[in-house]
This record gives sequence, structure tokens and C-alpha cells, in this order.
Amino acid sequence: MEFTSPVLNYAQLAPMLIVFGGALIGVLIEAFAPRASRFSSQLFITIFSLVASFAALVNVRNQSSADAAMGSVAFDGAGVLLQGAILIIAILSTFLIADQENFTALAAAIPGSQEERTALQTDLRVTEVFPLTLFAVAGMLLFPVSSDLITLFVALEVLSLPLYLMAGLARRRRLLSQESALKYFLLGAFSSAFFLLGIAYLYGYSGSITLVGIQQSVVGGAGNDVFLLLGIAFISVGLLFKVGAVPFHAWTPDVYQGAPTAVTGFMAAATKVAAFGAILRIFYVSFANAEWSWKPAMVVIAVITMIFGSVVAITQRDVKRMLAYSSIAHAGFLLSGVIALSKSGLDASIFYLFAYGIATIGAFGIVTLVRDSSGEVGDLNRWSGLGKRSPILASTFAFFLLAFAGIPLTSGFVGKFSIFSAAYESGSTSILLVGVLSSAIAAFFYIRVIVLMFFKDPVEDGTSVVIPSALTTVTISVSAVVTLILGVYPAPLIDFITNTALFIR
Amino acid sequence: MSSLTTMMLLPLLGSLLVAVIPSDQVLRIKQAALGTTILVAISGILTWLKFDSENTSFQFVQSVEWIPSFGINYAVGVDGLSLVLILMSVLLAPIVVLAGWNESEGGRWSAKVFYILILVLETMMIGVFAATDLFLFYVIFEAMLIPVYFLIGGYGSGERAAAAVKFLLYSLFGGLLMLASIIGLYVISGANGGHTFDITKLSEMHNYMNSTTQNLLFLGFFIAFAIKAPLWPLHTWLPDASASATPGTSVLLLGVLDKVGTFGMIRFCLALFPDASKTFTPVIITLAVISIIYGAFLAIGATDIKRLIAYTSISHFGFITMGIFAMTTQGHSGATLYMFNHGFSTAALFLVAGWMSARRGSSTIADFGGLQRVTPVMAWSFFIAGMSSLALPGLSSFVSEFLVLVGTFTRYPVAAIIATFGIVLAALYILIPVQKALHGPTTPGNENLSDLNLREKIAIAPVIAIIVALGFYPSPLLNVINPASAHVLELQGFTDPTPSDSAGK
Repeated sequence: MEFTSPVLNYAQLAPMLIVFGGALIGVLIEAFAPRASRFSSQLFITIFSLVASFAALVNVRNQSSADAAMGSVAFDGAGVLLQGAILIIAILSTFLIADQENFTALAAAIPGSQEERTALQTDLRVTEVFPLTLFAVAGMLLFPVSSDLITLFVALEVLSLPLYLMAGLARRRRLLSQESALKYFLLGAFSSAFFLLGIAYLYGYSGSITLVGIQQSVVGGAGNDVFLLLGIAFISVGLLFKVGAVPFHAWTPDVYQGAPTAVTGFMAAATKVAAFGAILRIFYVSFANAEWSWKPAMVVIAVITMIFGSVVAITQRDVKRMLAYSSIAHAGFLLSGVIALSKSGLDASIFYLFAYGIATIGAFGIVTLVRDSSGEVGDLNRWSGLGKRSPILASTFAFFLLAFAGIPLTSGFVGKFSIFSAAYESGSTSILLVGVLSSAIAAFFYIRVIVLMFFKDPVEDGTSVVIPSALTTVTISVSAVVTLILGVYPAPLIDFITNTALFIR
Repeated sequence: MSSLTTMMLLPLLGSLLVAVIPSDQVLRIKQAALGTTILVAISGILTWLKFDSENTSFQFVQSVEWIPSFGINYAVGVDGLSLVLILMSVLLAPIVVLAGWNESEGGRWSAKVFYILILVLETMMIGVFAATDLFLFYVIFEAMLIPVYFLIGGYGSGERAAAAVKFLLYSLFGGLLMLASIIGLYVISGANGGHTFDITKLSEMHNYMNSTTQNLLFLGFFIAFAIKAPLWPLHTWLPDASASATPGTSVLLLGVLDKVGTFGMIRFCLALFPDASKTFTPVIITLAVISIIYGAFLAIGATDIKRLIAYTSISHFGFITMGIFAMTTQGHSGATLYMFNHGFSTAALFLVAGWMSARRGSSTIADFGGLQRVTPVMAWSFFIAGMSSLALPGLSSFVSEFLVLVGTFTRYPVAAIIATFGIVLAALYILIPVQKALHGPTTPGNENLSDLNLREKIAIAPVIAIIVALGFYPSPLLNVINPASAHVLELQGFTDPTPSDSAGK
């Protein structure tokens, strides 16, 4: 037997390799660098590798190859766009994560123990969050460009495992945070098992683990359709779990609430881009010709997800839980793009993912700033009168909420318009109608928060808005500006996406 | 650059000017706002003078690509219909600013915010009527809710927050239904000659729809406009909103924003879906007649003067809608003129009622009495405004109400006859408060009320002048309106019924 060395296209893999390398350096810093210098060097390495990765991506943006890494990675226009979106979101999230107020001093210490108190007194910091972030980003970058199922699974785990850990790092209400981490981990492991099972069935069906191989089997139609159906179903469970679609959403509110807010923002925005990127690739590349087998089920899931997310969000009293349910509703809207199964559906989905991700980071950035003496204030009632206390912050938050609600002149409106029209163009009238109606329901709870902030008098219970650090200010203002620009003049980005977005087979 | 764009930019620049004036220089802020609105009014009048009324196509057109991949343009232009409404809006704006000189003071926020909102709203009021691109229209249609929402909720009285939310939710719901229809139209245009939002091109799309599609799309638009206008049974937000808002905001709300509904019925419902319009005409005429009578009865029973005016408006909007859907040139011209006149008679009523209740500290009709003796100028202003509202011959509303009734009678005699009772009821709902509030013995507590000051006199004088002048000589407006009305009807194949003298045969 002859051993052939793998042929890798390093230029196209560079964005991922740089981030992986940065993560490894981060681990070394954690092990060897003196404690005093860790924070600054970690922050520097993280930002540096993300920016360098983005530069590497820009460098190869016009290339495309189905064979970037021995058929395991497909480098194409859609992949470039998704990776770019993930990197931009990751950079903005890192700025939030750098505000260490949110993180526990010592993750290993038992909540309430003497050890924890000592750690707090000596002002320890969890700098390990930075390499974890980089590992997660690397996994996310790989996820939407994987072109075989094994790589896809590896990417899924690489992006998930650090997130499980990061969810447990909150400084306050640590038990809640740890509980959410455990919950996320168990359910995540469970869905990974489904995902693996799906891979096995698809392999049994087609004799191939590459997306293109499966597509050819579907076109050829020689395999046993039962295996195909089971494979699609199980793989979908694993993927829909990651995006938080109903009925696989149960972890979302708890994890969003328990995790440190900066991590929640990162998770909500970047994971969605990566996971939807992968969903789009699998369904557009492998299963496009088996439309009959999954589209009806997907329509049902999308409809239920939109309605459920919007309706349940109304009853929420905690701002992070409310945003969690709103993210479920948005997952439903995004599924319309998968269902559309057309070029315009792909373009619309990528635009929507980017717009939603940016607005989400900004919104969670603001949540980190509303605090009292014992940490962040999640209870919405205590947000009353925020508009009086700090008008600029409250207006910005209101603006993000309007973007989530899809009011014109925000990026959310352009996203909604394009994704719903793509879905309707491909014949899904029900998606259009339900989407529009659940947007109306969703508007209700977004507006309720605006009413609370602007039309109610402040409660005197020590809730205050802290002065944001410079990095947090950058994140929030960049997000707000991008959300506005994409609402007023989205043409350049839309054109860029239209000309670039393509899945290579 | 079209003079319409200039008109839209002026208030926007004015709002920037207001924004840079320090908050404590309230007088400067007010002067800047007033100056801007006067400037806009002058440019509005100039546009009207330059308008060629014989030419039925859009004038002062400008079209710039906005989002080319969706076929969206920034396209503006006016015909007789939109010109008259823009003229009304820009004339009302300075009056509202001057009349409500101190309105911003009881608000939640500073005067600065108030005038910024008013000026931004003025830009949108011009834009919503001038848009000849459906997407642009929709963006402004939805976006203009936000400043009104904050004007009601921030500066109104009573249950202002609740009223603002009710207004916003009703409107958003209608707007989202319309969005579904717009997406439907967009997709149909894509399949028939390329994606477009140009309303001239869209008006041919009905040839490519089956009647079910056309009916559904029509309903999406119509419900949105019927909420705006508002038509029974979708009117319940209006009394709350206009009773809670400041008088100036109510004038803009009832006088201008609600006209967007009736304007939209002509511009979009009739022009885009002629067959569906015919199908639904019986239902809509019925709803309109119910609105006329029901609004009148509510007004008769009202104890609060602001609510009374809101109820009279429901009745008046019934007349306008009836005139539109009678599909006769007289009905249309009458309806358009009615929109203009209603703007001014409602403005007069609301402003005087606002001054009355500000002086008395109450808006309950029973608290007034004998104002004729104490404050003759204020009483006379209210009286003339009331007479205009009940369409006394010699005042402007008479001409339009007469045209609407005649136009309706030729096609729907029964509806016209029932609607005529609305005139009788109008006499009741105006004369009862006139008698209670203005005549009779002076109620205790009213002896020392002050009469209108110079500023208020200057504000109300032009309104009354317009009411009287157009009553005697409506031609300047009708010359602009008539060709436009005939053109709209002719374009979609509606013809006036031929008058027949059956008795003579």
C-alpha cells in the first residue's frame, strides 16, 4: 500500500489555521506566562489572530475550490461570506469578552467557597476564555465549509465544546451558570449522537460521506430511500438543535440566561451564522434533489418555531430570556431561507445572518452595562425609566429592538423582506403569512421593552448604567452604525453577496 | 434634484439645526423649527404654482437607484392627488408649531426632542405622498410611526403611553399585512418582466394575477389603509391616541397621517387591483356608511371634547372612503378635496379645543359654558371650525361633501341617502357642544379665562381663511384635483354611469 501525502491548499485554509494557531499560543500563554501579563497578551493574541485571519480571508476571497483539503473542505463564495461574517462577529464579541467584569475569578472554585473568595480578593481573571473563544471560532469557521460529514462532525464538536465551558463562567449567580453549562452540554451531546446516527444512515444510503457523493446518490436514486429519510431527519436534529429551532430549543433560554452575557452574545450571533451556514450547505448541496422528502417537514418546523418563539417571548420577564426566545423566532425566519432553496434564498439568508448577528452583539453588549451592586440586572421591570437615566444607551437598545422587529430603516427590515420574498418566490405562501403574522406578535414584546424604558418612571433600587469600557463602546457603536447603514443603504452588501454567494459542488 | 427632494431635505436639515442648538435655548429651538416649517410651506406653495394641472402624469419626478438587486428606486413625483395632500401637510406644519408653542413643556423629554421629532415627521409626511416607488412608500409608511409614537407617548396627557402603544401596534399589524401583499406583488412582478416597485409598472400586474390572488393582495393593502384611515371596525385606536396626544400632534395625526390611508386606497388599492376593488366595493361602501353613522353617534354621545373631534373624524373618513369607492369622477374629486378640507377643519377644531382645555385644565365639555362672553375670539374660532366640520354651505367642507354625495348617488343611491343622515347627525354633534360650551350662562370657574393671544390668533387666522376662501372658490384646488381623479379612474377602466332621466321616458 502506498501512502500519498495530503495535498492542502494552505492559502484557502489559512483563515482557519491562523485562528487555530492563535488558540494554541493562547494555551501556551496560559501555561507559562506570568499571571500579570496574561490578560493583555491573551487579548492581543486573540484580536491579532482574528484580524489576521480576516486579512487572509480577504486575500483569497475570489478563489474557489471544491478540493481545498482533500475533498473535506469546500472553499467557495458562500463559505467566504459566512467565514467573514463569523470573524467580524467574533472580533466584536471579543471586545465584549475583554470586559472581565462578567466572568468568574476562578472557574474551578466551588461557588460560595473560601477558595472563591480568595480568588475574588486577589483579583484573579479567567484569561482562559480567550483561547476557548478562538477554538470555538475556528470550529465555526470550519463548520460551514466542511464538505464531508466527518469534517462536519469534527467542526461541530470543536465549536461546541468550548461553548459549553464558556457558558459556565459567569461571575454572579454561578450555580445558574454552571447549571446552564451542564444542560447545554448534555443536550448538546445528545444531539451530537443524533447527528452521528444521521451520518451513519447517509453513509449506508449512498456509500459516501462527502456531500457531493450523497447528492449524486440522490440524483441517481439507486439507494434505499428509508435510509435517506432517516439520515436527513437525524442530521437535521443535530443541526436544528444548534440553531435553537422548535422542538429542539429547550436549552436556549436557560443557557442564554445563565451564561456570561458577553458569551451569550457571541453564542447567539456567531453560532447561528456557522450552524445556518452548515445547514444551507448540506441542504443546498446534498439534499436539493430530495426536496420532496424534507421540505414539508421543514416548513412545519419553521412555522412552529416562528410562532412559538414570538408567543412565548411575550411572557418573559428577563431581558436575556426574552432575547433568547426572540432568537428562536429568528431561527424560524432563517429557516425560510433554507426552504426557499434558491439563489435568492441563499443570498437573503446570508444577509439576514450577518444583519441579525451584528444587531445581537450590540443588544447583548448593552445588556452587560445595566447593573446594580450585585451584577447585571436581567429583570425587565427594573429597566423602567432607563430612557431617563441614560437616553443614548436606551435609544440604542430601542434601535436594536426595532431592528429585531424588522421596522424599516433598520437592517432587520431589509433582511426580513428579502428572506420572505425568497420563500414566497419558491412557492411557500404559508411561510410568508406566518412569518408576517409572527413578526406582528414579536413587535408587541419589543415595543413593550421600549415602553418600559421610555414611558415608565425609573425605579429607585440601585439599577444603574455603568460607563462602558472603550472596547464595549466600540462594539455597541459599530453594531448600531452597521445596523443603520444596512437598513438605509444595503445595496453594496446585497450586491456583493449576490455576486459572491455560491455553493461549489 | 427634484423640488420634492428639496422639500424633504429641508425639515431634515432643520432638525439637524435644532439638534445643535443647546437644550436650554428653548426659544431659539422653537424659532428654528418654525422658520424651517415656514420655509417648507413656501416651497410647497411654489411647487403647487409650478404644477401643470393639465398634465396627468407624475411631475417633478426623480429616480435614483437604491437597492438595484431588488429593483428598488428612490423615486418621487406628484400628480394632482399627492400634490394637494403635500400642500395640506406643509401648510399645517407651521400652524401646528406656532399654535402649540408651549406643547413641548409638559413632556417627558426636552423641547429639543419634540421639535426634532416634528421635523423628521414632516420629511416623512412629504415623502409618503411623493413616493412613486412602492418600497419607498412602505418604508416611510412604517418609519413614520416611530416619531408619532414618541410624540404621543412622550408629550401627551393622560394615558399617553398606553394610547401610543395601541396606536403603534394597530398600525404595525396593518403594515405587516401590507408587507405580505407587497412581497406578493414583488414576486409577481419578478415573474412578469423583472422585479420592480415602480407603481406605474405595478399597475399592469393585475393582468397577470388570478382573481383569488388579486383579492388577497388587495385585502393586505386595504386592511392596512383601513386601520390608518380609520374605518369601522378598525377605528378603536384613534380616539385614545388623539385624546392623549398634544393638540398639535393630534392635528398631524388626524389631518395628515390618517390621510395616508385614504390616499393609499386611491393610489394603491384602486390603481393596482382594479378588479378586486370592484369585487369588494359593496362591502367597503357598507363599512363606510356604518362609519359615517356610527362615528356621528359616538360623537353625539361624547363628553370629552378631544374624543368628540376624533369621533367626528371617523364619520368624515367614512365619507372620504365612500367617495373613493363610488368610482365616479365626482366622488373622487370630492374625496380628495374632502381630505384637504378635513385637514384644516380638524386642525381648527383641535387647536381651539386644545387652547380651551389648556386654559380650563379640563377637556370635559360640561366644564365649559358661556365662553362666548368671556373669550369671544376663541369661541368664534371654534364656532367657525365647527360649522366647517358640519359642512355648512359657504365653508370649504360643503363643496367636498356635496361632491362625494352626488358622486355616490349616481352609482349607489341607497348608500348616499343613508349617508345624508350623517349630515343631520353632524349638525347635532357640533351644535350640542357649541351650545353647551359657548353659549348659556358662564359656568363657575370660567370667568377669568383669557382670550386668544396674538400668537394664537396668528396661528388660527390662516386656517379659518382657507376654510372660508375654499368654501367660496374651490377652483384652484379642484383644477388640480379633477384631471388627476379622472385619470386614475380612466386608467383602470372605471367609467361614470351615464345620467338617465327615466322619469321623462
